[in-house]
Amino acid sequence: MSQSGGHNGRITEAIPHITRNEALIFERSSAGKTGAEVAPLDVPPVEAPEVLGKDFYREDIDGFPEVSELEVIRHFTRLSTWNYGIDTGLYPLGSCTMKYNPRINEVVARLDGLATDHPYIPARLAQGCLGILAETARCVAEITGMDAVSLQPAAGAQGELTGLLMIRAYHEDRGERRKYILIPDSAHGTNPASVTTSGYEARSLKSNDRGCVDLAELERAMTPETAGLMLTNPNTLGIFEEQIREVCLRVHHRGGLVYMDGANMNALIGIARPGDFGVDVMHLNLHKTFSTPHGGGGPGSGPVAVKRKLEPYLPTPTIEETGDGFYKLNFDRPKSVGRVRAFYGNFGMAVRALAYMLAYGADGLRQVTEDAVLNANYLRARLSTAYDLAYDAPSMHECVFSDRRQAARGVRTGDIAKRLMDYGFHPYTVSFPLVVPGAMMIEPTESASKAELDAFVDALLAIAQEVKEHPEVVAGAPHSTRLSRLDEATAARKPILRWKPS
Amino acid sequence: MRYLPNSPEDRKEMLRATGRSSIDELFAQVPQDLRLHESLQLPGPLSEAEILEFFREAARATSKDFVSLLGAGVYRHYRPVVIDELLSRGEFLTAYTPYQPEISQGTLQALFEFQTLIAQLTGMEVANSSLYDGSTATNEAVLMAMRITGREQVLLARTMHPEYREVIKTYGRYLGTRVKEAPLQPSGQMDLHRLDCVVDEKTAAVVIQSPNFFGVLEPVSEIAELAHKHGAFLIVAVAEPLSLALVKPPAEADIVCGEAQSFGVPVAFGGPYCGFLATRDRFVRQMPGRLVGLTKDSQGRRGFVLTLVTREQFIRREKATSNICTSQTLCALAATIYLCLLGKQGLRKLARNNLAKAHDAARELQAVGAKRPFTGPFFNEFVLETPMPAGDFLRACEEEKILGGLELERFYPEMKNHLLIAVTEMVNKETIDRMARVLAGFGVDAHSSRLNGAAAPVRSH
Repeated sequence: MSQSGGHNGRITEAIPHITRNEALIFERSSAGKTGAEVAPLDVPPVEAPEVLGKDFYREDIDGFPEVSELEVIRHFTRLSTWNYGIDTGLYPLGSCTMKYNPRINEVVARLDGLATDHPYIPARLAQGCLGILAETARCVAEITGMDAVSLQPAAGAQGELTGLLMIRAYHEDRGERRKYILIPDSAHGTNPASVTTSGYEARSLKSNDRGCVDLAELERAMTPETAGLMLTNPNTLGIFEEQIREVCLRVHHRGGLVYMDGANMNALIGIARPGDFGVDVMHLNLHKTFSTPHGGGGPGSGPVAVKRKLEPYLPTPTIEETGDGFYKLNFDRPKSVGRVRAFYGNFGMAVRALAYMLAYGADGLRQVTEDAVLNANYLRARLSTAYDLAYDAPSMHECVFSDRRQAARGVRTGDIAKRLMDYGFHPYTVSFPLVVPGAMMIEPTESASKAELDAFVDALLAIAQEVKEHPEVVAGAPHSTRLSRLDEATAARKPILRWKPS
Repeated sequence: MRYLPNSPEDRKEMLRATGRSSIDELFAQVPQDLRLHESLQLPGPLSEAEILEFFREAARATSKDFVSLLGAGVYRHYRPVVIDELLSRGEFLTAYTPYQPEISQGTLQALFEFQTLIAQLTGMEVANSSLYDGSTATNEAVLMAMRITGREQVLLARTMHPEYREVIKTYGRYLGTRVKEAPLQPSGQMDLHRLDCVVDEKTAAVVIQSPNFFGVLEPVSEIAELAHKHGAFLIVAVAEPLSLALVKPPAEADIVCGEAQSFGVPVAFGGPYCGFLATRDRFVRQMPGRLVGLTKDSQGRRGFVLTLVTREQFIRREKATSNICTSQTLCALAATIYLCLLGKQGLRKLARNNLAKAHDAARELQAVGAKRPFTGPFFNEFVLETPMPAGDFLRACEEEKILGGLELERFYPEMKNHLLIAVTEMVNKETIDRMARVLAGFGVDAHSSRLNGAAAPVRSH
């Protein structure tokens, strides 16, 4: 009744339904409710304060929620509708490879046994799980052209760190104490952060006017104290380092090693292999290239792949096949950098990645690469009439524009990104890479259809027009989302990081 | 291929628009001599039905028909079906890190709730939105303590998970961290006297686990006092967080971290799991990991954003507080849903049941000849010393489709025939009865098999 009627039959403003204004779960709570019944006890009950001792016994969990099952379902279902996902539409975040997450992957990862095996079961009962890890590693080695793989790193950043620790162990094993890792200025922020965590010092390497490694700069920077080079290829501008082999040769010539960030492998699978370029160690992101879901920011998985000379330094344990097809864990690795996390890695992500590779097969994966690169180049061709390309060099799987033209009218890349939401799209990656002023980094992946790309291009062209005619509309976007722009400055100045009873 | 949306005609049209004459031309910048000229040697392609069969086949070679008493930082608890139903919503499953808050409020609000739940359980003021797992969360806590205190020595309890200790050593190896280990006493707790001798003004943190690796609760207040006396941090790792429903939270600690896998995250052969890290408000700017904060939109409506991002790698690069850029959002969401479903009463009841079952099992197995070497109070996990070689006992249990525990000798060479046993609500009384019969039958069988001249012990039920 409150929705219409009102005065003189005119439609009045409706009070938004709770689906648009779901409270915090703590605000839904009232004492005595529960959303799950605990199975009855089949042993005599105990008096907890007695068994644990008075000093250890906890009386209450202050403020903890008490809600029914349906309330939980509604709460999280409503919250989910406030999210944009790949399932909702195009998610062209550059460098994030937001491709379709096949549902069969979710089903097989939840199979009884695969989802329930404990990491400490005896090897004779773990052949199913160990076999999956071994097969995933084998596929990763084949795709990258490397000799050995560890699936232990929990995500890309940990893969980076693991690789850097191996580089360090390698040098020290040869009695060399080197100090620096070179990183091109276009690199992901994670790279220098990982270098610091490894105890090395990061040195930035200036890119040339094509956005690539400058060989003369590299030559100057490769001192006897330089442990190696950490680069992304294709780099974060979506450009393939044409001189990659020469780059690797020069690093090797000075006794350094080459680390490759495999974040952009979606541009290469089936086309070329880093192992053939001269790369010594690299990581992959199963949550990017191999379709495991991002899940709102994790879990990821960052396998690290190495050439033979670095194999002794891989994290412990490794999985090995004995002669008769039996898999076992090898903990006896004296030169290993050690463990980077408990157990053997994000097994559930390996299951999904393997299911992805099995679905495509070798030729299918090459088709994926071709489609991803074609999609990016199609966007590039259609958008370059309205937006300035950051670099002229050919694009692989992503293209980077600059907001130069729009910024002249006071509208920045971040504004254009917010306006895309009004057109029903997730924005591209904003303001990265840092070497491009006002960067707009777009990666459509192979999962975008031509029809979707056309709609996306139309939206960006329309926004470019709006910038000319009504810049304030773009600068104030988004206008159609449940919430408008959020005050991030206050959030950081006076952090409120948890709910408290009022 | 079923996942690819473009038709051959679409591809042709798009290629035309790029001005290239062939797909090959798109890769022109990859030098010819670096190109692959043959197909990769990979299995597949497989149809959906074949993929399902492939993994079902793998699942046949697992322990799925076994009852498991393995714990050691990974616990099998019942997972209400609601968790996977909600996790499977594409808006949660297929979203990226919530950098664009206007269209990510679902993830952001859920993570704000996760932070609140962890803070409530741990007795801390503030929690982050998750880290990789318990081992790396504990390592991040160590690095955080070193940053804040400016000290480099770290004291690890030998009663802490051996793999957590290994991870801390790996990270510390090149950062100048001096790692020392503090021994245990007969109670299965840390030796406070020996600890007192090694903590000094160079110590950044004393790192303990409670319940510890042996399931025993550590005297947190006393250890805190000892650490604080020297200006060191106390870090408490919690690997079985269900204990927090019934056991006093380690509120005297400076950082409480650990593993939230118990809360609705599958055991899954070691991961993905859900690390957490909680601390005091005054240390928040030195915390690693993503943080979600409450704020308002331009029209004054409540909303959530990722906040204090200037700590993070994508802004600070080499000066970041940590190189971690993912949390474990989906696992944190599973934990949030789990904790909301169970709620205060459900979680406490579940914890009481775990406590009762573990103590009943310990009693029953002791009654047939096993010893419980550690005297400290325990929650749902305990150590048992078997009168026969522990490996023989475990293999006999396996015959009964029971995974009877973890042989501690693997990590503690001095602990021969010591088993670490976890009893959750997933283990019923009947299983414990059968284990007790196996244990009791051993002496008899060994005797009778000697008489019969048989090599292997034969058990009867």
